[in-house]
Amino acid sequence: MTRLLTSREAQLGVAILVMIALIAVRFPAFVAPANLANVFNDTSALIILALAQMAVILTKCIDLSIAATLALCGMVAAMMNVAGVPLAAIIPLVILLGAGLGAVNGLLVWKLDIPPIVVTLGTMTIYRGVIFLISGGKWINDQQMSAAFKSFPRADFLFLPVLSWTAILVVVVFAVLIGRTPLGRSFFAVGGNPHAAVYTGINVGRTQFLAFVISGALAGLTGYLWVARYAVAYVDIAGGFELDVVAACVIGGISIAGGAGSVGGAVLGALFLGVIKNALPVIGISPFWQMAISGTAIILAIAVNASQGRTKGRVILKSAEHVA
Amino acid sequence: MSLSDTPHARHIPDRLASPLSRALKRWEVLLFLVAAAIFVINSFASPYFLDPWSLSDATYNFTEKAMIGFAMALLIIAGEIDLSVASIMALTSTAMGFAVTLGAGTPELVAIGIVVGLACGAFNGMLVAGMGLPSIVVTIGTMSLFRGISYIVLGDKAYNGYPASFAYFGQGYVWWVFSFELALFAVAALVFGVLLHRTNFGRAIYVIGNNPVAALFSGIRVARVKFILFLLTGVMSGIASICLTSRLGSTRPSIALGTELEAVTMVVLGGVNILGGSGTIPGVVLAALVMGLVTFGFGLLNVPGIVMSIFIGLLLIGVIALPRLWARARRRR
Repeated sequence: MTRLLTSREAQLGVAILVMIALIAVRFPAFVAPANLANVFNDTSALIILALAQMAVILTKCIDLSIAATLALCGMVAAMMNVAGVPLAAIIPLVILLGAGLGAVNGLLVWKLDIPPIVVTLGTMTIYRGVIFLISGGKWINDQQMSAAFKSFPRADFLFLPVLSWTAILVVVVFAVLIGRTPLGRSFFAVGGNPHAAVYTGINVGRTQFLAFVISGALAGLTGYLWVARYAVAYVDIAGGFELDVVAACVIGGISIAGGAGSVGGAVLGALFLGVIKNALPVIGISPFWQMAISGTAIILAIAVNASQGRTKGRVILKSAEHVA
Repeated sequence: MSLSDTPHARHIPDRLASPLSRALKRWEVLLFLVAAAIFVINSFASPYFLDPWSLSDATYNFTEKAMIGFAMALLIIAGEIDLSVASIMALTSTAMGFAVTLGAGTPELVAIGIVVGLACGAFNGMLVAGMGLPSIVVTIGTMSLFRGISYIVLGDKAYNGYPASFAYFGQGYVWWVFSFELALFAVAALVFGVLLHRTNFGRAIYVIGNNPVAALFSGIRVARVKFILFLLTGVMSGIASICLTSRLGSTRPSIALGTELEAVTMVVLGGVNILGGSGTIPGVVLAALVMGLVTFGFGLLNVPGIVMSIFIGLLLIGVIALPRLWARARRRR
């Protein structure tokens, strides 16, 4: 029970509730169910990507190209729509494209042993550049997209838009994947101790590769949802969003050193940022504050993560060490 | 990742290769040849290339980035990284722009630029060296924080109206076609070269990068060295920001966006091991020349900036991937 109360998830959950309560005191309209559903819908993309990033971070890697992958897949989705490809084909195709882009990252990390930060810093600019090349720097806007393409993520289904349901579905799939499958366990094993993972028969590089593929595929899916929701595609969509995604993970208590974190933490980290982002205009603060707040939250979260790690200590075999 | 516990059996030759062939295989020599080749290709590709004034203009493509690159090289050799350099530039530039609205003159602006850079570096250093947090996330955080402050201050506005004398740093010439920035670049290269290759401090940087624990046990104050390196990176970002702001004559919060990528690329292209422990300042100087020449050549051929950034990204991955592919191919043989 005490462990539950002192867990990162509980702390974050309380922090979010307190934040919402404080806002509600001054602006009761903020806690109207419709508005809260709206906040959740607005945060859906961040939740999906935070989970994708979590898979990568768990394996001791980082994917800074996640927003560029999203933007490239979004642009391709919009271009396919303009070219008349049916929606039922566009969605699997962009997921496939995203997985392919993730596989490029993964292969460079796996086969060439290049540090993930360098790989994804490089592919981040390359993918953005490719959007410029394929689009010629032009925008694809509202009028060029078909009604079906735009309305799908916004369609209401059991009180929530499809976009929100997609996020919920991804959360459920991740909860199963991370908690109940060998692949999920191997993510933790690879990040927690790569050498030990090798001894238990886990292919470290392949596991990292799969994490990147998952991350890319989800970024591809989000790319379509993003472009359809905002009804515009251009080179810079979701620019800098990778920082928000990493911030959500770090705030959610996912250790950047790999091997520690939970689905609940990532979701709450994303919701934390989502509530702040939606609350800023309500309480009359310029949206330009968002970036600095994210940055501060990242720094505070790592500092807290580190101090918690220090006090608890992770040495399980202390007594055995002394005997030896 | 090849984390197999048995390291590859190291091939020890019976005798060393001749000094000439060893020298030719050095990364710096390779870079020099590449730079020379690009120079020749460019001079054939465009008739405007060989003009001393246009070459002088070309140096602006790398001078500011290289100033940061030198400090970044030291940091990466020591096994850390600073992704917040571009944001430090933005914040520094914003602080200077704000000071202009209060009526600051050129000397005050320079002082503010250096002090703000120093403060940002100290903040990074405190978090990484003081509290032992991983530099990648810390500087991703401060990257967001520093530029975020610029956005809070500026929003969608811009500062301009810098004093006329302030323009010297980014637009002035020391002698003939040699700009102030180029001179500063040369001085910085010299200072950082001596610091890294000729002082105890420089040796300590290599030791820390190769084995921080051994460095600690051999009496090196690891945290202090790392803190100083973050300070240096902050100061150099501040100085680069003074040059850039002076050259552009205005400040927007999006100023210098993406510079961290180019600085890291330059350092890695210069032969610095991204995992720390090895690298040289002459390598970074040559990498700066190569990148400057390439961007200038592309510019002459009217290639848009974002296409150049694809090239930079490919370069970053390529220069790390190629030696590894090469080593693997040789091991197979």
